Amino acid sequence: MAKELYGALAEFKTPEDLLVATRKARQAGYRDLDAFTPFPVEGLDRILRFPRPTIPFVGLGGAIAGAGTALAMQFFTNYDDPLNVGGRPIYPISAFMVVTFELTILFSALAMLVGMLWQNGLPRLSYPVFDAGRFHRASKDRFFLCVSAHDAKFEAGEILAFLRGTGALSVELVPG
Amino acid sequence: MSEQSDILPTRQSMGGIADQLTGIPLHFPEERRWVIAMAVASALLLLLMVSVVELFTRGVGIWGINIPVNWAFAIHNYVWWLGIGHAGTLISALLLLTGSEWRNSLNRFAETMTLFAVVCAGIYPILHLGRPWYVYWMFPYPATMGVWPQFRSPLEWDIWAVLTYLTVSLAFWYTGLIPDLAAARDRATRRGWQVFFGITALGWRGSARHWQRWQQAYRLTAGLAVPLVVSVHSEVSLLFAVGQIPGWHSTIFPPYFVLGAAFSGFAVVSIIAVALRSWFGLGNLVTDDHLDLLGKVLLASGLMTGYGYVFEVFDAVYSGEAHEIQTLADRFTGAYAWTYWGAVIFNFIPLQALWWRAVRRTGWMLVLISVAVVVGMWLERYMILVTSLYRDFLVSSWSHFTPSFWDWSTYLGTIGLFLVPFLIAIRLVPMISIFESKELLHEEKEEQQHG
Repeated sequence: MAKELYGALAEFKTPEDLLVATRKARQAGYRDLDAFTPFPVEGLDRILRFPRPTIPFVGLGGAIAGAGTALAMQFFTNYDDPLNVGGRPIYPISAFMVVTFELTILFSALAMLVGMLWQNGLPRLSYPVFDAGRFHRASKDRFFLCVSAHDAKFEAGEILAFLRGTGALSVELVPG
Repeated sequence: MSEQSDILPTRQSMGGIADQLTGIPLHFPEERRWVIAMAVASALLLLLMVSVVELFTRGVGIWGINIPVNWAFAIHNYVWWLGIGHAGTLISALLLLTGSEWRNSLNRFAETMTLFAVVCAGIYPILHLGRPWYVYWMFPYPATMGVWPQFRSPLEWDIWAVLTYLTVSLAFWYTGLIPDLAAARDRATRRGWQVFFGITALGWRGSARHWQRWQQAYRLTAGLAVPLVVSVHSEVSLLFAVGQIPGWHSTIFPPYFVLGAAFSGFAVVSIIAVALRSWFGLGNLVTDDHLDLLGKVLLASGLMTGYGYVFEVFDAVYSGEAHEIQTLADRFTGAYAWTYWGAVIFNFIPLQALWWRAVRRTGWMLVLISVAVVVGMWLERYMILVTSLYRDFLVSSWSHFTPSFWDWSTYLGTIGLFLVPFLIAIRLVPMISIFESKELLHEEKEEQQHG
């Protein structure tokens, strides 16, 4: 190969066509697959056998960190400067709960947003698939299947013929 | 039920939706009207700036507040704006979790409304501080004075609640916006737009792996946002309920406030929905069915708020406490009875028209009813603050409150503070969620094919 390849891209008209083609590609032994769609297509991740993402755990970690921060902050400030307000307790858990609840949610939500972008490798403004001629329709009304050049079975001529056979509207090789 | 599963007309195509909605920012269709709206909004914003300069120069004495009514317009409008904001989160997050996909046409502008309404609310306590440059005293920093903020006080809870709410609303709004920014990036032809959407879309490419993580993050954030709304407005009600003032010191306050907030917010969502749809010809996406559902939600939340009114009266009478009952009598017949009856009439009388399907499906009628609700809820907050404060325990400290010119100018000015960024947002981002509309359209077409 003269030039490094990213993979082969096939364009489909509907999510159903994409699902059928993805299933065929899996059966044909291709493993390093990805799809590009204008909205999340139900069932696609099962066919592609992606592992379940771990965003809930990121959120849980954020929640624990938020609750911990809030409680530590409130206990410490009242310990450092105990103020007797009409004999009320210095460490009232019930009065601390509001700020604790808010920070739990704040840290958790931000952790999930940052975690989602981080795990997705975003922001990354330039990516090989953007060079594909018809790729701009992936955000509009077309559904793309991509076989990565890193796939063990990948062979340029063969893969294009295979994708054409799955009913793709167009197929092309994407330079890396 | 068949209507509900087909809320979007299925004769349109996904590509059509994408072009139509990205076209609003990319090739803005209503330049003239926008400029007029922007001129009015900017004038109001200018009024706010003048009022704030006057306030910071001369102090809160320029308002009508004094002892005993020391919390009036500032806190009243703070609660009002914050309440309006809550409906955006509820429509977007709660209805996402319950799988009510008709929300897909409404969530984006409802969330945008939330952001700017919270900003309007957030500035009020700061303006009300008297010495606003000390606002950082609310945060725990190692001060040379050796003191910390008082975390056992609802006034301290407030800043954490509102700032959390603003930040999480922004995070949720942006998470949902990323795929649409990518769609706009791919449609943009002018260099400036390509750069703007290219950067803000963060390089989103719609990869199946990305969607999977995105969906988890989006749904979980929605799951957090719903209890957050409830907690924030409950906390706002505790500003009142924790105090011992008759008329405030009541356990009904948290649910009463949360429902009232949702009620006023759904009214504003209805107004914006009808306005945007007629402004940009979005009748294919915001359909009469959407207005029908909004009308039902408005009616339901209104009736629940009505329950709050009834229970507030019951609470006061049942307590048998002389001051509580006196405050109740002051609300019914006192100097500010017009706020109580005004709230009851504006909130609940026009609302009853929503029992009729034809009314719910007629845009202008829904707008008129919603405007009545917004006015009614504004009067309600006025009533809760002023009628409770102007006559408390000691007869010697009874007095009255009359809003001054600067009270009104600040309030009208915040409407500008809401409208200016909202009008700018209309030109910058797609105001209806593109990918979620397509998703819904696809599901509807699927159902048609397979019966």
